[in-house]
Amino acid sequence: MEKRSRSFYFLSAFFALFVLFLYGPILTIGILSFQGPLGGLTFPMNGVSFHWFRDLFQEQAVGDIWGSFRRSFALGLMVMITTVVVSVLGGLAFRKRFKGSTVLFYLAIASLVIPSILVSLGVGLIFNQLGLPVHWASSGFGSQLTWTLPFGLLIMFAVFNRFDKSYEEAARDQGATAWQTFAYVVLPIIAPSLLGVALFGFTLSYDEFARTLLTAGSYNTLPLEIFGMTTNVTTPVIFALGTLTTIFSFCIISVFFLMVWLMSRRKDKGSDAGKGMV
Amino acid sequence: MTKQFTAWIQAAPMALVLLAFLVAPIVMIAIVSFWGATEYSIYPAFQFDNYEFLFRSPVTYTVFFNTFKYAAITWAFTLVIGFTVAYFLAFEVRSLKWQIALFLLCTIPFWTSNIIRMISWIPFLGRNGLANSTLISWGVIDEPVEWLLFSDFSVILAFVHLYTLFMVVPIFNSMMRIDRSLIEAARDGGASAWQTLRHVIIPLCKPGIMIGTIFVTTLVMGDFITVRFMSGSQRANVGRLISNDISLLQYPSASATAVVLLVAVLIVIALLLRLVDIRKEL
Repeated sequence: MEKRSRSFYFLSAFFALFVLFLYGPILTIGILSFQGPLGGLTFPMNGVSFHWFRDLFQEQAVGDIWGSFRRSFALGLMVMITTVVVSVLGGLAFRKRFKGSTVLFYLAIASLVIPSILVSLGVGLIFNQLGLPVHWASSGFGSQLTWTLPFGLLIMFAVFNRFDKSYEEAARDQGATAWQTFAYVVLPIIAPSLLGVALFGFTLSYDEFARTLLTAGSYNTLPLEIFGMTTNVTTPVIFALGTLTTIFSFCIISVFFLMVWLMSRRKDKGSDAGKGMV
Repeated sequence: MTKQFTAWIQAAPMALVLLAFLVAPIVMIAIVSFWGATEYSIYPAFQFDNYEFLFRSPVTYTVFFNTFKYAAITWAFTLVIGFTVAYFLAFEVRSLKWQIALFLLCTIPFWTSNIIRMISWIPFLGRNGLANSTLISWGVIDEPVEWLLFSDFSVILAFVHLYTLFMVVPIFNSMMRIDRSLIEAARDGGASAWQTLRHVIIPLCKPGIMIGTIFVTTLVMGDFITVRFMSGSQRANVGRLISNDISLLQYPSASATAVVLLVAVLIVIALLLRLVDIRKEL
């Protein structure tokens, strides 16, 4: 191996600082959430305790945290499933040339770059004028999809651009129907990428704020609840909540990565199909 | 069943969602921007009052200037940091395993809550925060610096913290597609590391840089929550102007501002898109 140049050490240091910049603050509030009962929002630590975590579990102390967590979790699952299904269908559609594909593509891109507050405001206005109540599972759900679907579609583009069409041709030549080709050939090949789409769908929904702000109605999702707390809670309880929900996010991310890893390992081992013949 | 028809059926759910929750809301905002409002309600009309008020008010210009200022400064920082990080990952890290691992390390925060990430700066930047106490103990300053939190500084710091990732990913993607033999050729031709960077790598990364730029500028221009939270409501950008109107139930006026913001964002994107074809990059 050739010797590392000076630039390598410089850039490594830069990268390390960047990672510290990314994770430092969240680690700090992780530590501060263990403040003693009399501790404040900054260092020094005034003792070490689980006081603020315990506070979180006493409902009336901090509002409807667990309700909002349940809603965010349910909404995340709804958005995740919808994002996967709709993105795969969209990705399949874009493999064929169809009239209007360019318009749809630019709509999806527009959906990513248009300020979220416009979606929030516009959806709120429409529901208002139609006399429908805004609710996290209807208007909130739709608004969040405008953020997750474009990511899903872009991932599907990347997947299908690298997809080897000869697998499908082989299946067709063997007499598989269009549905069989999809279910038994295409889907297993793209499955790990679908986990990626699912990860985006769930986490982006779980943490979404701007698009949900005016569309969630009277029942808050967790990010809205946390934001509400920032204006009137001045104790480390908010750090405890932040730490818990971040740990939850890390767990979700790890589960997805573990699944992708397991899947790719199974693929490396190869299938035993046809081995019985020899 | 023709291919065309199948494709339409498959594209329909995506199209419907985007029509209902993206196109329709924007049309609605455009319509309401001509409506009138009382203190409690809004009524259909066709008047230019909202726009007239918006363009007459000196606040509008300050706020738009602020918005562009945040976008430009954040863009510069995220570009330099993002490019350097991507360069390190793509060219200095040599095993693919480590590249993937370190890349994921950079992307994981993207899947966590932005609000928590903002809140987590408070113990750092506050009057008695880590930054101040460290600087005092080092003897750099005698008393706490006030401008660390609730200032332009903290707003931009938070933007850079939240959005550098949007630069790292597309630039890294561009860099990984660069044919390594081009770089060898440059070196064999006698180019210094700097010249290779300047004349080979940067031009080939242009698409990634552009995509990152589009993300960062539009996210910052459309933001309202980071500015509100990190400035302690002491600074304003267009997004906050809109959200203030909303909280006062002045929807027509909020809509007019939103339309102008949208036009501004679209102009910026149109300028950037002339420089790159996104679809080719995926």
